[in-house]
Amino acid sequence: LPKMDYVFLNFCFFSIFYAYFTISPYHHITIFLLLYLAKGILSKSKPLSVQENMQELRSSAHSRRSEPQFDMGDVIYFCRKGVESIIDDEVTKSFSAQELESWNLLTRSIRRFPHRGLRLTLLWGLGVLIRYGILLPLRVILAVTGIFLFVILSTSVGFLPNSKLRFFLGEKVHLMGYRFCVKSLTAFITYHNSENRPKNGSICVANHTTPLDVIILANDRCYSLVGQVHRGLLGLIQRAMVKSSPHIWFERAEVKDRHLVAKRLCDHAADKTKQPILIFPEGTCVNNTSVMMFKKGSFEIGCTIFPVAIKYDFRFGDAYWNSSKFGLVHHLLRIMSSWALVCSVWYLPPMNREEGEDAVQFAKRVKAALAAQAGLADLTWDGGLKRTKVKDAFKEEQQRLYSEILLKVHQTQKQEKCFEDETPEGD
Amino acid sequence: LSFLECSWRFCGRFKALWMKAALPDFKIRELTENPIGGRIIAAFFPPEKERLDFPSFVRILAHFRPIGKNRSRDRAQPEQANSRTGKLKFAFELYDQDRDGKISREELLQVLRAMLGLQVTEEQLRSIAERAIQEADLDGDGAISFDEFKKSLEKVDMEHKMNIRFLK
Repeated sequence: LPKMDYVFLNFCFFSIFYAYFTISPYHHITIFLLLYLAKGILSKSKPLSVQENMQELRSSAHSRRSEPQFDMGDVIYFCRKGVESIIDDEVTKSFSAQELESWNLLTRSIRRFPHRGLRLTLLWGLGVLIRYGILLPLRVILAVTGIFLFVILSTSVGFLPNSKLRFFLGEKVHLMGYRFCVKSLTAFITYHNSENRPKNGSICVANHTTPLDVIILANDRCYSLVGQVHRGLLGLIQRAMVKSSPHIWFERAEVKDRHLVAKRLCDHAADKTKQPILIFPEGTCVNNTSVMMFKKGSFEIGCTIFPVAIKYDFRFGDAYWNSSKFGLVHHLLRIMSSWALVCSVWYLPPMNREEGEDAVQFAKRVKAALAAQAGLADLTWDGGLKRTKVKDAFKEEQQRLYSEILLKVHQTQKQEKCFEDETPEGD
Repeated sequence: LSFLECSWRFCGRFKALWMKAALPDFKIRELTENPIGGRIIAAFFPPEKERLDFPSFVRILAHFRPIGKNRSRDRAQPEQANSRTGKLKFAFELYDQDRDGKISREELLQVLRAMLGLQVTEEQLRSIAERAIQEADLDGDGAISFDEFKKSLEKVDMEHKMNIRFLK
């Protein structure tokens, strides 16, 4: 339920910051951010395995018999788990926008308009005017100027013959481009632990919430990006970027060939003078309350991994890109018409694959460290579930666990039966 | 959490169950890994109906509330959903899909097949079903009625097993 004073305070606080920020572009403003952990409706007790749950269920019924066997009540365990996941499950929660505790005057943050009186509606109206009338046009102008300048400068740097000079200038041009973008989004970024900033010849992994993560990270130092070749404006920007610094762009057909991808990444990373590669191992955008499964591809290469955790403060505007709901341009407009993009970036110390650890375990370890630093929930679900169905293997796993309990017993029962059959003959 | 916010969230969840036609293509991922996920969804829909409205949804979820303390005025009311009998009836209906009041051998086999999948052979499945029916069937008609079901589960602590605590 919206608290009036909080909302109003935030609003004033915010407009003052924005004015100050545009006047002094080099002044770095630090904001104290609270971390929100994902809240669930259910109070879950410590999760027991299938076997333990079954034993509990049966022990009350079959106190006289030591061996478990099929009981009509076994269905209750599955039934309860099923209804619990209907009420609240981890995966849907991670792919829908976060919910706020108190309203931030953006109707997109809540399901329906809280009709709490004239004052609030007026304040909201004022907010809309400011956001769409003042903030949005300014931001769009800045963004367009920035991209225009970047494309021109980057292409001209590409014509320079001397590679060292080209590299140096290229980096400067890139940084300038990213800084323009950051200003145009009014992003307040706090970088923690800058001593762990990724070094050349390594791979940087981060959690993915929005395509703008790239801009947020690249604001601090230059990375080599990995991605598909696009057409149109984005394609133009990609081609301009490649002229002045090395990036890895794939044709659509090449993406399917995993070995080719891995080889190109390896080649790039092996050269210790090249910029670190920026990879988002989740593979898709997640809503910044949790971290989904990391795909093992980038962890197989064998370089040093620098994990980076990004956490957005969603009070000022939700940064999550729900790609099934709206496209990229709509998403950018949403961000540009929010109050701001406030985030924290933590650079974690570098990690290497240990002896006897395979890529999957290494990925899990990196993920756990990243989730712990940013205060996000560490989930084992695959980010691809946003679009695809769960594989039947999960259901089969549950069936297998249950059948193990029954079958162990069934063997002993069968033996008992055989034994009983034999005794009458001996009689 | 206030009641209002809780019902907002319920509305969102219940959108996921909206069409019965969504059955083969679950939108709730964790439900897909549940062996009897399809039956649980079917249990929400009253027979012959293709759509679920919010009061019916809440009525079904009421089965999972903890059993309340006895109040004198409740004695006049019919069986409550969250009483022991109400919970047992819900579990019974998971087996008894055709709602004829009895769990036949075929229905029991279907549930067992869902819970065990391909992990056991057909023969083992039949023998488990046979044994279960022999144990529970008291009047010898080859099917399990609701009273026989109740009797076979009399020692199970339904208050805790079929109980989901909403809200902290």
